[in-house]
Amino acid sequence: MIALLIRDLRLALRAGGGFGLGLAFFLIVTVLVPFSVGPQPELLGRIAAGVLWLGALLACLLSLDRLLALDYEDGTLDLLVTAPLPLEAVVSIKALAHWLTTGLPLVLAAPVLAVLLNLPPQGFAPLVISLALGTPALSVIGTFGAALTVGIKRGGLLLSLLVLPLYVPTLIFGAEAARRGAMGMQHDTYLIMLAGITFATIALMPFASAAVLRMGLR
Amino acid sequence: MSIWQYANPVKFLALSERVQPVLWVLAAASVITGLVWGFFGTPDDYRQGSTVKIIFIHVPSAMMAINAWVMMLVTSLIWLIRRHHVSALAAKAAAPVGMVMTVIALITGALWGQPMWGTWWAWDPRLTSFLILFLFYLGYIALWAAIEDPDTAADLTSILCLVGSVFALLSRYAVNFWNQGLHQGTSVPVATGGRTVDDTFFVPLLISMAGFVLLFLALVLYRTGTEIRTRRAAALLARAERNL
Repeated sequence: MIALLIRDLRLALRAGGGFGLGLAFFLIVTVLVPFSVGPQPELLGRIAAGVLWLGALLACLLSLDRLLALDYEDGTLDLLVTAPLPLEAVVSIKALAHWLTTGLPLVLAAPVLAVLLNLPPQGFAPLVISLALGTPALSVIGTFGAALTVGIKRGGLLLSLLVLPLYVPTLIFGAEAARRGAMGMQHDTYLIMLAGITFATIALMPFASAAVLRMGLR
Repeated sequence: MSIWQYANPVKFLALSERVQPVLWVLAAASVITGLVWGFFGTPDDYRQGSTVKIIFIHVPSAMMAINAWVMMLVTSLIWLIRRHHVSALAAKAAAPVGMVMTVIALITGALWGQPMWGTWWAWDPRLTSFLILFLFYLGYIALWAAIEDPDTAADLTSILCLVGSVFALLSRYAVNFWNQGLHQGTSVPVATGGRTVDDTFFVPLLISMAGFVLLFLALVLYRTGTEIRTRRAAALLARAERNL
């Protein structure tokens, strides 16, 4: 398992792995927002938390189609399916590698980008906490979407169509927590619900992803 | 004799062909009765005027939009557990019907909301979760269309239906945390038996709801039959090619 994790991380970090792409996308989306809604600091401060959540979600989505497709193309996935390691563990590791290379950098970059969007000072902690709690769920759910579309040629667009509705509950609780935090309101409930969703998806989604992979590769 | 004998496509087709004419006639009769009675035979509401009559389309279509998904969930489970092809094809056949019902409910809701709430659309929990349900239908249909091998497609869409159901329910309750409701509560609470609609409106509404159920059944049986024949034609073609 650890060997697989290290292999995935190494592949992602080296050239062609697209490690920085998600982060760059996140930066660009954040920079484009003031161009589209205008540069008033008060307006930007109000929407900053929501925009950063949406940007992080889309950046996560961007790298999903490479999550399993590359392994599928060069045959690694077939080996992993027949390997002694349970497939549930394989997809969990894949999701973990995806989070470490996409979700975690986004969490770390979010406070920097929040400065650009004039997020109120009390909003930084809720934003980072909600992203740190929510992005693992995005990776795990995304792995399910990637497993569904792995055998389909040009499945990228279909993948977004399938995964985005599944992201709705995570986004609602995550963005609401960050938004309320930025306005200085009570937001513990939302963080707790978000944590519930994340842990439930981590526990259950690998089974669905593995089942789908087995069916798709049969 | 059990219900499972109709998992055989030939038996299923024979039964469905016998039942369908009756279903179509009953569906047409009750939809027409319900709507004509509803539109012309009921008085205007003293506050809402004639706009209240949109309830005779809105409520039945919204009900069927949800029930169609539940039916897909059940048939998906049957496919996953017992591997009956008819079941998977019935789920495939029901999806577009359910999607159209969702669209009808959203559009009639908007038409009613404009004069009554003063807006076509509000980010109300009920409205929002219906829009999300529509997105789930879209994804489900798109996945069916994208996969070539029919058995793999049935497998993957079944799992998507199961996972989607969980997330659709989750979204339904998550949106309650996110915005306050504008939509009124249900007028026909099944569990408690009480209701807030007078009999003048309730009887035609009930007929219309029954009509939509029958219409849905007829459409799904018809579409399932088409799917079975398409599958059979493809099998015949494949066999002919092998023999060449």
